[in-house]
Amino acid sequence: MDRSFRAVIWSLNTLVVIIFSILLLDIFWKGLSGINFDFLIHAPENAGRNGGIGPIIASTLLLLCVAVVTTLPLGTACAVWMTDYSKNKSSLAHWTSISLNALAGVPSIVFGLFGNAFFSSFLGLGFSILSGGLTLACMALPLYIQTTAKGLEAVGQDLRKQGAALGMTRLTITWRILLPAAKPAIIGGILLATGRALAETAALVFTSGYSDRWPKSFTDGGRSLSLHIYDVSMNIAGGDQVAYASALTLMTLIVIINAGTIWISESFFKP
Amino acid sequence: MRSFSLRRHADELFRQTAQAITILISLAVGFIGLFVLRESLPFLKQMDIGDVFFDSAWFPLEKRFGMAGMLVATVLVSLGATLIAAPLGLASAVFMTFFARRGGIFFMKTLLALMAGTPSVVFGLWGLSVLVPLLGETYPPGASVLTAIIVLSLMLLPTVALTSYTALKSLPNALHQASHALGLSRVRHVCSVAIPGARTGILSGLILSLARALGETMAVLMVAGNVPALPTSLFDPARVLTANIALEMGYATGTHRASLFASGLLIVSLVLGISLMAGKTGKGSQL
Repeated sequence: MDRSFRAVIWSLNTLVVIIFSILLLDIFWKGLSGINFDFLIHAPENAGRNGGIGPIIASTLLLLCVAVVTTLPLGTACAVWMTDYSKNKSSLAHWTSISLNALAGVPSIVFGLFGNAFFSSFLGLGFSILSGGLTLACMALPLYIQTTAKGLEAVGQDLRKQGAALGMTRLTITWRILLPAAKPAIIGGILLATGRALAETAALVFTSGYSDRWPKSFTDGGRSLSLHIYDVSMNIAGGDQVAYASALTLMTLIVIINAGTIWISESFFKP
Repeated sequence: MRSFSLRRHADELFRQTAQAITILISLAVGFIGLFVLRESLPFLKQMDIGDVFFDSAWFPLEKRFGMAGMLVATVLVSLGATLIAAPLGLASAVFMTFFARRGGIFFMKTLLALMAGTPSVVFGLWGLSVLVPLLGETYPPGASVLTAIIVLSLMLLPTVALTSYTALKSLPNALHQASHALGLSRVRHVCSVAIPGARTGILSGLILSLARALGETMAVLMVAGNVPALPTSLFDPARVLTANIALEMGYATGTHRASLFASGLLIVSLVLGISLMAGKTGKGSQL
């Protein structure tokens, strides 16, 4: 009985490992043959069948840039208020954490709908990197705030009391003591949010648009790497090679970012 | 004294700004909901609930908005994917908790984390270029409910495995020792003691996966075939609600556009309702 149970668990787990390995190796081998320096810096030609993904990478970075620049101040202020300024069991802090949990559960296509209706149409930003980045910021906020709040909580009460004993104002304590002490958590939160934003597609289809030209400004449309993979594999016959190479590029970026997150969180939470 | 009061002033200003930002952020989810509702009003005002939920004729240009086919496809694909991911994910969790050595645990954790971080388009790309042709040989056209279920289940698997592993891992040591002392076999210990003991954690992981499956767009869009009719078998192509939004938002106007927002509203209420359930079970009796 025990032996057959062991066999069942082993074989199911081996099945999982085999399927995932096939998937990863497939992306790796088919992607690797398409990636070279020219591919990474040149513009797509012939609707994406030839050429490279230079403008796509540029648009992706600009999208992330908008998302991070929006998330960082808003999220940090919110996290600081939640951990240090809210009174014990204040109802605002309670509601904010419920609301953030709900926000984290909203499907990305609904963020896309909202971004299209609000940023693109209502605020008149159109299909632009700005509206795409702001939509990504809405999605990244809960993740970033939760990580940063956890980091701020991990900074002991002693430091806060010592600062107060020295006659520092709360703003000085926050700015000079708490935020520097929680820096690894803040960086970790930003990386985590960036990884999530990089993987995002559905929220960008109707906010940042399909344009595959070099972005000239934040009000230009721009296609993210993930959207490029979708477009060339679904809508362009013969685009598979480019899709695989783009997928490998995207996976590599995400792995680097996630490895950074793990490294930072381990060096911070387990000193 | 003047500089002191200035500093106080800055302190108060910061507190107020941070509080205002927090209020803004706490309203965000409600604002998103209300805005999507506002955009879907033109459709909600004139829709026929019976037609929307029980008719599968989706011809938005002829003002026929039957979503039944897509609703059935959505439920079928998400439930199917969760049902496949559950035993496989649980098996991986049991393997990591009770059978693997350190190296094995590290390997599985790394692999699962890697897959959990993989974007849904990459899963979709693999499904589209490997799985669809493979299944298409035996069951044409290949892009079908079944393909969507398989691809989606692979996406859910890492989450199911990792949450179940955490739940099993957090069982008190006394429980394992008690089983040992009673002379229970390993299979009895795992199936009758450990898994029931960790059931709240495992269950809330599964419910969260179901919620994620309902909201998933890209991977399903790429492999399901996207015919908005009622699927009659697992090998029929089908279109889920989220994919419908992604496919038609580009050219939809007027009532048609509003109907897409309404279906978004439907999905978000389903997903949030289910997540709420997971929160409830998570707070239930934890050993």
